[in-house]
Amino acid sequence: MIVVEILVSIFLICGGFFALAGSIGLFRLRDFFTRLHGPTKATTLGVGCLAIASAIYFTFHKEGISLHEVLITLFLFITAPVSAHFLAKAARHQRLHEDKDQPGA
Amino acid sequence: MTGNRLIPHPLMTIALIILWLLLNNSFAFGHILLGAFLGIAIPWFTNRFWPERPRICKRRLFFRFFFGTFLYDVIVANLNVVRLILQPDIGKLQPKFIRIPLDTDDPLVISILANVISMTPGTVSTEITEDKKTLIVHGLNVPDEQAAIAEIKSRYEATLKEIFTC
Repeated sequence: MIVVEILVSIFLICGGFFALAGSIGLFRLRDFFTRLHGPTKATTLGVGCLAIASAIYFTFHKEGISLHEVLITLFLFITAPVSAHFLAKAARHQRLHEDKDQPGA
Repeated sequence: MTGNRLIPHPLMTIALIILWLLLNNSFAFGHILLGAFLGIAIPWFTNRFWPERPRICKRRLFFRFFFGTFLYDVIVANLNVVRLILQPDIGKLQPKFIRIPLDTDDPLVISILANVISMTPGTVSTEITEDKKTLIVHGLNVPDEQAAIAEIKSRYEATLKEIFTC
């Protein structure tokens, strides 16, 4: 059981680390398009790790295997690129990439 | 994998059954039955949205790509992006728009390619030109534009094209 706990902890820490890194990216990066990278990317692995941790925990602590965490990852992998694409497309149509003078805007 | 009138989209039916079982987190007989019912009924009602079936021609390559290359790239590239974000001097990043000329006109291949590019960190597909010949991708750190284009084309586009064209 201790092995399971360690495994779950490792995945939780990894997930937390990636989610934190994504948020830091959102804070530190300068313009809209680079900011898009932080949350859409680092978070996929972050949420993935958290889902794996949850699957392991509930598989061993409740009766029966628990796999619906896989769905969270699956839906995330389907929806994240689409929403990122729409945000980026909208931003391009607003011509945000052309005013380089105000990177903080 | 050809469908008939009763089951117009066999792959979708299977996917829906698995989805239903995962959602309920149970493999009881009742759920399998209900899942099968939904898996058959939903493709019926949505048939008009999918006039043609996606054809996966190289099934081995399909699995090797999505569970091998793609998964590996997501993890490695995630670590890469984290390293880029957390580096002390963030001004050193060279974000850039790159234009990738497309070799295919299959909408399925293009959309999967765009999604794969967005999922592998460091690149987001932002727009596809109106003639569907160029994909505009934003890279977080692109020191060498030609190398980035060549890598995306050889690593993803060629493989996807091979998987979905017979």
